[in-house]
Amino acid sequence: MRFDLKINGVVREVDVPPDMPVLWVLRDILRLTGTKYGCGVAQCGACTVHLDGQPVRACLLTVAAAAEHDILTIEAIEHTETGAKVQQAWLDEEVIQCGYCQSGQIMAATALLQQIPQPTDADIDEAMAGNICRCGTYVRIRKAIHKAASHEA
Amino acid sequence: MMSFRYLKNVMQGTAVFTLCFHGSMAFAESAPESGPDTRPEIIKRGEYLFRAADCAACHAAPDGKGLTGGRPFALPFGTIFAVNITPDKQTGIGAYTDAEWLKMLREGVGRGGKHLYPVMPYTAYTLLNDADALAIKAYLFSLKPENAPAPQNSLYFPFNQRWSMMFWNWLNNPNERFQPNPAQSEQWNRGAYLTEALGHCSQCHTPRTITYGLSSKAYAGAVQVGWRAYNLTSDKQHGLGGWTDEQLTSYLSTGKASGKGAASGPMAEAVEHGLRYMTQTDIAAMVTYLRSLPPIAQGPVAQTMATDPDHALSETARRGQGLFAQACAGCHLPDGRGRQSEWAALAGAHSVSDPAADNLVQVLSDGTALETGRGRAFMPGFSKAYTEEELAAIASYVLAHFGNTQTEIKPSAFKN
Amino acid sequence: MKLKNVSTSRRALLGAALSGGGGFLLSAFLPGLPLLKASQAQDTATGVVFRPNAFIRITQQGAVTLIMRYAEMGQGIYTGISMLLAEELGVTLDQVSVEAAPADPAYVDSVAGEEETGGSSSTRDSWIPLREAGAAARMMLVAAAAQIWKVPESACQARDGRVFHPADERSLAYGELAEAAMHQPVPAKVALKPASDFTLIGTSPRRLDTKAKTNGSAQFGIDAQIPGMKIGRIMACPVKGGHLTGYNRDAALAVPGVVDVLTLPDAIAIIGEHMWAAIKGMEAAFPQWEYGPNATTSIGDIVARMKKASEQSGVVAVKNGNALEALKQAHTRIDAVYELPFLAHAPLEPINTTVHIRPDGADVWVGTQVPGRARQEVADATGLRPETIAVHNHLIGGGFGRRLDSNSIGQASHFAKQVSYPVKLIWTREEDITQDQFRPYYYDRISAGLTQDGALSGWHHRTTGSSVTARWYPEGMQNGLDPDAVEGAAQTPYAMPDQLVEFVRDEPDAVTTLWWRGVGPTHNVFVVESMIDELAHQSGQDPLALRKKLAAHQPRALKVLDEVEKQSGWGKELPPGHGMGIALHYSFQTWAATVMEVAVEKNGQIRLVQAHSAVDCGPVVFPDGIVAQIQGGLIFGLTMALYNEITLKDGRVEQTNFHNYRMMRLNEAPDIQVHLVSDPDAEIGGIGEVGTVAAAPALANALFAATGKRLRRIPFAKQLGGEKA
Repeated sequence: MRFDLKINGVVREVDVPPDMPVLWVLRDILRLTGTKYGCGVAQCGACTVHLDGQPVRACLLTVAAAAEHDILTIEAIEHTETGAKVQQAWLDEEVIQCGYCQSGQIMAATALLQQIPQPTDADIDEAMAGNICRCGTYVRIRKAIHKAASHEA
Repeated sequence: MMSFRYLKNVMQGTAVFTLCFHGSMAFAESAPESGPDTRPEIIKRGEYLFRAADCAACHAAPDGKGLTGGRPFALPFGTIFAVNITPDKQTGIGAYTDAEWLKMLREGVGRGGKHLYPVMPYTAYTLLNDADALAIKAYLFSLKPENAPAPQNSLYFPFNQRWSMMFWNWLNNPNERFQPNPAQSEQWNRGAYLTEALGHCSQCHTPRTITYGLSSKAYAGAVQVGWRAYNLTSDKQHGLGGWTDEQLTSYLSTGKASGKGAASGPMAEAVEHGLRYMTQTDIAAMVTYLRSLPPIAQGPVAQTMATDPDHALSETARRGQGLFAQACAGCHLPDGRGRQSEWAALAGAHSVSDPAADNLVQVLSDGTALETGRGRAFMPGFSKAYTEEELAAIASYVLAHFGNTQTEIKPSAFKN
Repeated sequence: MKLKNVSTSRRALLGAALSGGGGFLLSAFLPGLPLLKASQAQDTATGVVFRPNAFIRITQQGAVTLIMRYAEMGQGIYTGISMLLAEELGVTLDQVSVEAAPADPAYVDSVAGEEETGGSSSTRDSWIPLREAGAAARMMLVAAAAQIWKVPESACQARDGRVFHPADERSLAYGELAEAAMHQPVPAKVALKPASDFTLIGTSPRRLDTKAKTNGSAQFGIDAQIPGMKIGRIMACPVKGGHLTGYNRDAALAVPGVVDVLTLPDAIAIIGEHMWAAIKGMEAAFPQWEYGPNATTSIGDIVARMKKASEQSGVVAVKNGNALEALKQAHTRIDAVYELPFLAHAPLEPINTTVHIRPDGADVWVGTQVPGRARQEVADATGLRPETIAVHNHLIGGGFGRRLDSNSIGQASHFAKQVSYPVKLIWTREEDITQDQFRPYYYDRISAGLTQDGALSGWHHRTTGSSVTARWYPEGMQNGLDPDAVEGAAQTPYAMPDQLVEFVRDEPDAVTTLWWRGVGPTHNVFVVESMIDELAHQSGQDPLALRKKLAAHQPRALKVLDEVEKQSGWGKELPPGHGMGIALHYSFQTWAATVMEVAVEKNGQIRLVQAHSAVDCGPVVFPDGIVAQIQGGLIFGLTMALYNEITLKDGRVEQTNFHNYRMMRLNEAPDIQVHLVSDPDAEIGGIGEVGTVAAAPALANALFAATGKRLRRIPFAKQLGGEKA
């Protein structure tokens, strides 16, 4: 089936099965491999993208449900004011180790800061607990979110 | 496969149940007196009715491929296995004559006079007219025969005595065909036939008497196999009175309805194997019939989500909130709308404001799945990696947050 | 891992690399290598390229490329190794690009004896030789400049990618010197900078790999995109030792996008235009299996046999004095059994291999900790000569030891040789967990005693389990002893005059075992440090004070203990339900003392309050990298200690994904403070696994302090449910 997907501000037409998750459309059809496959069951958050500004798990988001909505991926997050701040904070705090989860972490953190510019630790807990980091960068993720928030003013 | 667990659970303390099962069918001494109906339109109709009667939910092989049965049902009085309903003569239904087929569907008496365990909802199927019952047979006979003997049932005395079912049948099986009610519309009568005879909805949704027959409180809701089948009467608080036609139609044909949550467990199976294949006309007929069910104020009330849902979380629910953020919010989101799928929406679902939390306990423990027109909606079970205290905390939070229901779910609810 | 005896000097590496020269290095220019550009200079390589050794490449355009013989899997090694090279080469980090090395003998780690990233050895094994490689290149560049200017080399200085001649206020960039430097002799002897002159080593620069990881451009193995490539999903027999008996080929091929169905005796792959087609195709194919001899094996059988095996004495690893006699005389004596479960690695990037097999050679795009083994796997599967096989190593989305084995690369090659196109074969998460090679289950019996005045009086530790060494590196076995199985038990920080340590090898059915972060020490330090804690409590001594007493002969142990005592506020009054536990260990040539504070609620909920770790790893290359590794390593180990175990039922692994193989989450992670008290004159230590080693014993000891309950079996969380606390 043909679908129009609005990805990073550009409409891309794809011809794929309607139940195909956006994750595989991004990675295998559109070659946007920054969005990662980690579990396929929305337990790890590595595939987090924004759907109309909300962080969603692309591994369970079907192309049929995503068509006609705005999808934003890690490749374009630097073009949002908050996303660029989060990326910078991630570098400043040297959050990243292997980096495989960090696309999802950055997408989740950006969505959090877009909704709550000055998040408390409890807000961070709630927004980020769904994103697994196997390298254990959690201590620095928290710090980096606070840092990005401090630039928000 | 969540069904194993829910069956196991229900059967505790209950002597018999309504899924239709029979014992060994390994007798093929007599050939059928008439050949199977092979007219394509009859087979096609039979397939539709087979779906409407939800046969696959029990008779599909555990791997989900084919109708070879074999699915085990561990009961307190032993284990029963679903049988092969492909037209294999030795191990399936290939040797059935039309007369034998009708007797089996209506009286619960299989070939050779063996009484079925009242697994088959034959007390519902008994309402089927001849043409429909035989169309289902025609469809099944059109399938490829598969040689797949069901494993031997292992029941303890006295349950292994099939003659004991005669008494139960006398008490609980009227053995009558569906009679249209001339005072009602054609649509209502169609809905009644679909609901009562084929869909056998009452088998789960109507409370049981002491002998496990259906009580007079039709569709007031009941706990079956560990899952609560909710009140379907037109009561506004407890039943479907507060649902719009659109919601009801959506729920029946897709397993979810905006603001009402999604089907899980056995209801998800009913949608997956049966309801989602039904025409919109038939779904509308069922809605009409369900709307006419007299209200009975019984069972849990479906609550709406509070505007400030976390204002008074208990300590346990607070713990559950953190766990929900870890393991559940990836699909469900705290806002109640579901993150990437409407099937994951929790706000308004009956199950999240049922203080007994039967269905919540089931899905958290063993998960649930539903094949939809947009792919497979599923939830894994969490009991392997989370403690009973943690699961109870999640359940308490879900009830408080989404269902505005303050209650403390006990960890023991999650004991296997 | 670091068990190999290598008689050749570390300098052999420099010599080999220098003489190895260009021939091997041509493979470094094969397309598809994951370049991580840290500099703006384009590595266009027109004209000549100065290649002083296998690790450095300088073009006439001035692009400086450092070639990484180690895999970057998050540990920061690209940055650490670049610092070693750049410090002596005289370039800044923003002037260099880094590139993964191909499989090539020039990149053999001489201590490991092969191309390998593991055993927390990369910095240790490179500390001298890679600085020498940088210095040799710098000396050649300086010699070239001196020759051009006709001045003595001693009149020139090299820094920031240029050679300066201060006397005449002139300079030449390295690129301008590339051609002349090529003709300089390789120096026979190099002098390294004294530590006081370091400008990079000991600082914490921005990591070289992280920018690309913030914007989705970093290329992990799973991101490989090769023209004409198809994508496949693999399913192997769910029970080890079984085989494929049937599948529905037509149904699989009927799924839109499915292009091929390939089989091996024990596995099936569905190849599609995209992963979703492959996933749906696998559902349709519905493979059937004969489960084979392990069809009824369950975890209980495995442990029961191990327990029985542990009743017999094993191969002796250490025998000092007379442990059994001393135990009889002990004033305080404890006999205990500790058990550690099978563990999956569960790196967040699932196992994957992209491979293209042709009649005359092959390319494999993969993230591997062992490129040489990866190449050999392809060779074994295809019959191709190794030198015709190019391994394009990628960033690794988590290794933890899993990518020290290349079985998945061999499997992928067996599939890929059946087709002509390149194919990316991905293990789903379910496959990644159930088909993993697991950290062994260990069944440890231990008896220990104290004299009346608190000295150790007998120590008998018998560990029973699988030998990873015997399978992975059989040459490393020492007369039946697996040195890894007793690492951290044979040598402890403590004075043990009467010590007996034994190893009983018992290979479990139905699983293959493999290295797991922290290897032997992650296993044995849990047992040893728990036991020391048990002795302290049993004899009414402070656990930290007892450690100081028993390790009094180890000044570096005392230093880290003192530091962590001070930083953690050890001994201070704690709120009800709280407890502090300590673990001391010397692993990978690094000393570490870690204090964990926990709080346990009445309902059994465990809250990790804070961790302090004092670390002495000798000379420090990249301080922030060390802090990050200790933080991450602790969380990795705490996750395991709280939640993880792989179990089997009917031959199948019961855990499949993160809902039943649980990971620690951000909202559970404790604050972790790392305190570096390094001794710059000591031997340099490893760091990547140190935090993981400390986690389980520090946590177990803290949980005892909080609850009075001694947990001798991992994982802990389910043992502290409400009714059980």
